[in-house]
Amino acid sequence: MNEQVLPFEEPVVELKNKIAELKKYTNESDVDLSQEIEQLENRLEKLESEVYGNMQPWDRVQMARHANRPTTLDFIHEIFDDFLEMHGDRVYGDDEAIVGGIAKYRGKPVTVIGHQRGKDTKENIRRNFGMPHPEGYRKALRLMKQADKFNRPIICFIDTKGAYPGKAAEERGQSEAIARNLMEMAGLTVPIICIVIGEGGSGGALGLGVGDRIHMLENSTYSVISPEGAAALLWKDSNLAQKAAESMKITSYDLKDLDIIDNIIPEIRGGAHRDVSEQAEKIDEVLHQSLESLSKLSQEELLEKRWEKYKRIGTYTFSS
Amino acid sequence: MLGNFFGKKKRYATIPREEAKQDIPEGLMKKCPQCKQIFYRKELDNQLQVCPNCGHHHQLSSWERIEMLFDQDSFAEWDKDMISTNPLEFPGYQEKLEKDRLKTQINEAVVTGKGTINGYETAVAVMDARFRMGSMGSVVGEKIARAVEYAKGEGIPIIIFTASGGARMQEGVLSLMQMTKTSVALERFSRAGGLMISIMTHPTTGGVSASFASLGDYNFAEPGALIGFAGRRIIEQTIREKLPDDFQSAEFLLKHGQLDQVIHRHDLKNTLTTILDIHQSGGDTE
Ligand SMILES: [Zn+2]
Repeated sequence: MNEQVLPFEEPVVELKNKIAELKKYTNESDVDLSQEIEQLENRLEKLESEVYGNMQPWDRVQMARHANRPTTLDFIHEIFDDFLEMHGDRVYGDDEAIVGGIAKYRGKPVTVIGHQRGKDTKENIRRNFGMPHPEGYRKALRLMKQADKFNRPIICFIDTKGAYPGKAAEERGQSEAIARNLMEMAGLTVPIICIVIGEGGSGGALGLGVGDRIHMLENSTYSVISPEGAAALLWKDSNLAQKAAESMKITSYDLKDLDIIDNIIPEIRGGAHRDVSEQAEKIDEVLHQSLESLSKLSQEELLEKRWEKYKRIGTYTFSS
Repeated sequence: MLGNFFGKKKRYATIPREEAKQDIPEGLMKKCPQCKQIFYRKELDNQLQVCPNCGHHHQLSSWERIEMLFDQDSFAEWDKDMISTNPLEFPGYQEKLEKDRLKTQINEAVVTGKGTINGYETAVAVMDARFRMGSMGSVVGEKIARAVEYAKGEGIPIIIFTASGGARMQEGVLSLMQMTKTSVALERFSRAGGLMISIMTHPTTGGVSASFASLGDYNFAEPGALIGFAGRRIIEQTIREKLPDDFQSAEFLLKHGQLDQVIHRHDLKNTLTTILDIHQSGGDTE
């Protein structure tokens, strides 16, 4: 698969191509360009750290939506053993925009759930571009209650543009399905770790997003509305998405500043898709720490701390 | 007492439109947005703001609702002075808040408190769609979460009237997180055995619909109320199909199993009283 190049990365790619050209030329001819190549490689190193070290909110939005960005299943296969996918909500159907099942994490049983995008058009159609219907949230809830029963931690990967805005979704109670998950997740007596790996789109993300720890990959986003939607709503112009991405405060750094998330999981330079295994190791590290510290809590402490976590989110003052 | 709204005697008079325009001071009259008939405000007051001609339920302010429902002088407000800050430093947000505070004479899009309904003590949160379209920001989330906690502390039920366009854009993801805050509070309340009654009024959409509005032990709605997760226009654009007129109406939701009842405003106080009574007489009191 050809790797998608984002606009802000173009200088990096141009330079890379040039180096590749020179290397090819060196191999095919007798001219020795190794010194020039070395110089360019040094320049590339500098350029890369400049470009990727100064990513703007809009660059991160594009990175979160990158065509090659690893999905929930990619990370599941890297981080967990013996993953067995379980299907269906037992009421209506199986929504493939959400995957879930049981697995082992460092030898211990866990339940893993996440939004699932497709890798190509065909899979995206099957998975509805990772935009769930109510039955997806209800499947997730069924699996979470099972985890609660068997006392195993729950790990949720968040990666969706949002819950699907469709006719059938409304008829089957999209609102109720999301609301139910928020409330039920609040009361589960096992540790819940939520990790935003791509786009965290509004209520559709939140439906898998109530946890004791919330982490975000460095280049993921979490927002009440997409930048395009916000621009259309606030300024009647969806072309102002870039501006909206800045003012709506949707990057991992913004959410850390707003004191909503616990950790930013650093991404490897150039984005998570550059090396899924290496990225998975960084997730694994944070996940391990989170589960270790949560395992020390009693069930009562866990619920109390979960409430305290959400209780303090928000800003207000008193007039007089 | 309520009731006897459907007596044979015609208790209202319709005013021809043109005539009304010319002769009657504007403040005295109100036009029904549905059937376009014009009525004396006094008559609408007598009918609890339900159109005598077509049954359209006019939107109510928080205080109109409270006065309609609670026993006289029984209501005490909570957290009246809590107001929004501008956490994302959104241009123009403070001015908009100030304008709505002046317009509505309330400090935010929800009024919370407790009082008695036909003698039954209950907490209440009443949203007001006139204030920033009833959108939920940090203050709405906090006031509702607190009301739920107070109700839990006092061992009384809570009734939540929703009227909201969803999350408040100007507070970004902080607004989104209020969905969680209110839901976590309701889970604690529910676990403690608390009774929560949700009454969805026009409109109840987006983040409010997808959190506390849907989390009552009983979920009711007023006739004709628009209730849904996604906006009609977005759905039509997504599925490239025209939606039926009654889509996302209270009646549509009832038909699809999403509501316990659609309750006419004239019956609301009686129905609530019955529920509060059944819950008070139930349980382990003996
Ligand atoms: Zn009418």
